[in-house]
Amino acid sequence: MYIVIVGGGQVGYHLSKVLLNDGHEVLILEQDPARCDRLCEELGSVVVRGDGCEAATLESVGTARADMLVAVTDDDARNLVACQVAKHRFNVRRTIARITNPTNEKIFKILGIDVTVCSTKLILAHIEQELPSHPIIPLLKLKSGTLEVIEAKIPPDSKLIGKKLRAFPLPKGSAVLLIISKEKGPQIPTPDTVIGAEDEVVAITQAENEEAIRAMLAK
Amino acid sequence: MKVVIMGCSRVGAQLAAMMDAEGHKVTIMDVDPFSFKKLPPTFNGTALVGNGLDEESLKKADIGEADVFVAVTQGDNRNVMACQIAKHIYNVPKVVCRIYDPIREEMYRNLGLHTASPTKVVAKLLRDQIEG
Repeated sequence: MYIVIVGGGQVGYHLSKVLLNDGHEVLILEQDPARCDRLCEELGSVVVRGDGCEAATLESVGTARADMLVAVTDDDARNLVACQVAKHRFNVRRTIARITNPTNEKIFKILGIDVTVCSTKLILAHIEQELPSHPIIPLLKLKSGTLEVIEAKIPPDSKLIGKKLRAFPLPKGSAVLLIISKEKGPQIPTPDTVIGAEDEVVAITQAENEEAIRAMLAK
Repeated sequence: MKVVIMGCSRVGAQLAAMMDAEGHKVTIMDVDPFSFKKLPPTFNGTALVGNGLDEESLKKADIGEADVFVAVTQGDNRNVMACQIAKHIYNVPKVVCRIYDPIREEMYRNLGLHTASPTKVVAKLLRDQIEG
């Protein structure tokens, strides 16, 4: 495959190295002369100095016969334009753009860029995975013993919604002390109190039961 | 008409002053507050520090209410990206874009942006001066 890469920074360099090793024909467009020299030394004559957003430059490197154009500069606007020029002037079948601002994903999609890769979003996704999706906030640890007072919010899609408190599969040694609902405000619950969406529940429990409560809320 | 202008360059400031004097509701944005010094003291519109590629800044400029969006920063790529965001995400009825590169200008005109390439226009003017 013939692949044109716009941007000879870290991403462009490592990408080219792998693609060349795999036997593809690669051409890197890079504007900075010092960076061009370094890339040439490392990778051989696969680097052309020039602006990958300019139609004339893209034409001179034979973009019309490219199977793919990959824009990996650190500037979302440049990457967008490089992909659009490749698509609309040279009919490049597949364009891939790196983006740094996750909100730009939408406009790239509307404008027909085939693939966007957003490192910011990928990292965020990993962080969010690590976070418990139904956080339990420890409010108070009682000095004597292992009891603690916690607060949790009923998720809007919870199966517990509409159920009476007596039906709750609460772990042993736990009790609900208070329910704060959006409509009714704080109330001392009875076993017949019905749970609503996004109610905040204050409970007393053994510290080791946190995980069980989290699992119960997630249902 | 409500006009949002991105880039308080000489051209941006001049355009903002002109549209404002004609009685239009003008908002001009630039990342550099110093650039607003180019606006005349009589300017009645809004000067807003912000980036026209940024969702929050665009919302602050009430982009959803705009009849026209004009991008006249120094960067062709920024201008076309901002115009396409205004057109396709905020449905601004008319977007106008300065593009120095004549080839890109032609391409984006074909893609439905209103464009102006100072390169072509100024070269022509200069030639007319030389030959006239």
